[in-house]
Amino acid sequence: MSDRIMLAHGSGGSMMRDLIEDIFTQTFCDVQLEDAATLEIPTDRIAFSTDTFVVHPLFFPGGDIGHLAVCGTVNDVATAGATPLYISVGFVLEEGFPMDDLKKIIESMAKTAREAGVKIVTGDTKVVGKGQADGIYINTAGVGTLPAGIDISAKNCKPGDKILLSGTLGDHGIAIISQREGLEFETTIETDAAPLNHLIADTLAAAPHTRVFRDPTRGGLASTLNELADSSQVAMIVIEDLVPVHPQVRGASEMLGYDVFQVANEGKMVAVVPADEAEAALAAMQSSPYGIDAAIIGDVTEAPAGRVSVKNGFGASRIMDTLVGEQLPRIC
Amino acid sequence: MFDPSSFRDPALAHKLIRGIDKHAAGIARQRGEKYIVHIMEVCGTHTMAIAKNGIRDIMPANIKLTSGPGCPVCVTANRDIDMAIEFAKHPEVIVTTFGDMLKVPGSYSSLNEEKGNGGDVRVVYSPLDALAIAQQNPDRLVVFISVGFETTTPIIAATIKRARDMKLENFAVYAANKTVPNALRAIADDPDIQIDALILPGHVSTIIGLDPYKFLATKFHIPGVITGFEPLDVLQGIYMLLKQIDASDTYIDIAYTRGVQAEGNPTAVKTIYEVFEETDAEWRGLGVIPGTGLAIKAEFAQYDALKRIELDPPAPREIKGCQCGDVLRGALPPYECRLFGKTCTPEHPIGPCMVSSEGSCAAYYRYTDYGRSK
Repeated sequence: MSDRIMLAHGSGGSMMRDLIEDIFTQTFCDVQLEDAATLEIPTDRIAFSTDTFVVHPLFFPGGDIGHLAVCGTVNDVATAGATPLYISVGFVLEEGFPMDDLKKIIESMAKTAREAGVKIVTGDTKVVGKGQADGIYINTAGVGTLPAGIDISAKNCKPGDKILLSGTLGDHGIAIISQREGLEFETTIETDAAPLNHLIADTLAAAPHTRVFRDPTRGGLASTLNELADSSQVAMIVIEDLVPVHPQVRGASEMLGYDVFQVANEGKMVAVVPADEAEAALAAMQSSPYGIDAAIIGDVTEAPAGRVSVKNGFGASRIMDTLVGEQLPRIC
Repeated sequence: MFDPSSFRDPALAHKLIRGIDKHAAGIARQRGEKYIVHIMEVCGTHTMAIAKNGIRDIMPANIKLTSGPGCPVCVTANRDIDMAIEFAKHPEVIVTTFGDMLKVPGSYSSLNEEKGNGGDVRVVYSPLDALAIAQQNPDRLVVFISVGFETTTPIIAATIKRARDMKLENFAVYAANKTVPNALRAIADDPDIQIDALILPGHVSTIIGLDPYKFLATKFHIPGVITGFEPLDVLQGIYMLLKQIDASDTYIDIAYTRGVQAEGNPTAVKTIYEVFEETDAEWRGLGVIPGTGLAIKAEFAQYDALKRIELDPPAPREIKGCQCGDVLRGALPPYECRLFGKTCTPEHPIGPCMVSSEGSCAAYYRYTDYGRSK
């Protein structure tokens, strides 16, 4: 087999079949060579989600685009309170993409799927000409079962609820930016990308009236909380000193002029929980390997509706605003 | 890596706040309860730090913090933005610049709009990246649109020198760089602007040191403190300024001793003036200020974009209703601009102060309740 992707790998002919059989099927194990996977789903309610991953660079401290593509969809399905079961994978490959990199990426996807307990059951591959993509794009879709009685929604937050965060903020965004061309700086920070379905299931078992789970990915905690506050028509107050942030992430954010609340995460979960279940939810999060640094970071209040603010250690408060556009390093 | 959490210690913050309250009360006793002490923060990063940490709201009633002209994107005149846009329209040119510049509206368009219209406009994180783009595109001219104060200019000068060393022929710079001290002189001289003290820029001062600000104290009797960007830095800077005013003392001091030495960074300054020479510069809101611009020297003329391609942009025009100029002079708080939070928001910015990540309007909009319905 060629050591690089060629247009013929997407032609539908024998080279494409070889690619699928030699690499995808062997690595993913569960991929069925049919046009559609047939699935057993023992429930009358499912959660269904899709996401597309176009991250650059493709490999970064602690992860890669494949790991991200599985974690992202597993977490999206899990935030509905569902148990993710099956995943589909669509690849857009650029002509000339190194075969070794592709192997590394799909091995990473297979490993992450095993960790999450989901099966990769169907897939698709397209090859585009040199210069028409940025190496590789991955789309994943996921299906999960949703137990009866679960009502997780951004509209459910109520005054008096507590806001929980499953760990340190901003690790993924800073790990990615530290590798970006022109900005390389030394850091030991690794991406936090992780499948959080077990953490969510444990939290939900401990706090069955959890209002909402949401993973604060692009736009960070700020965009997530603003969306929740708007949807539920409540206010939220975050206590800055309670928010876990790795000192290196804080330092890099200051250096670049970033608001750490707006930096992306891939392996963190926000939960809004009734006050009387908050401690149990926190204990459940902290018992997960991905939630050791979990903390209760703030409160839901009644008014003004839609307003998210941050109170700092010396008593001042300010708005926590939604990210507009892309965070860019400051000039000065 | 630097751990800023040590500059957020609540106990130390409360101690500084008590000191600020004490001196504010002392000043009120001397000058009367109605006398408002106007402190201007020159630097856009300070503007953001003040807003982000809610520092304006915890000031005593007689202390008012005003934002100044220290956002390099905001002070770039329409004429310079228009020139950048003309470069982007040129089929032979790849325009490279910092991200903040993309959305800033010029007289008729923005770099972002030109990008949408097919112009080759690329964001870089460092001017050195533009050299790599030039190497990869030998048949195109790569023009770096250069804005910034003394902090960024040394690296731009070094980039031009590197291009010469590499014998790179398809790289040039459109230089709209500015220097800070004489802009402060213009503000201190402006009878419309009330300033009692200045929070001086930390990063700029890392390069130029303390001496270039001394005229503020000796000629204008305005105290100044070079300040860092953490909450405690800013509180300490304000405390040191109020202490001077309370004691009727006036001098320039450094609170940001971990970043700034009195003599600055002479090597960086030397690099700037190897490549650039002083010229007059047009500032948004302040007009033409003599000696605050930096033009590329004749010996580096081949890296001067204006000497490589002849452009004829239409006459600049001001954006209707936009009061960024007054905001930058410290003559108008952002929220008093007619457009603030109405037609001008971060999603749909009309003026540069709402676009830039260091702009005062963006700081007020992002972090305070001004201009919000919710």
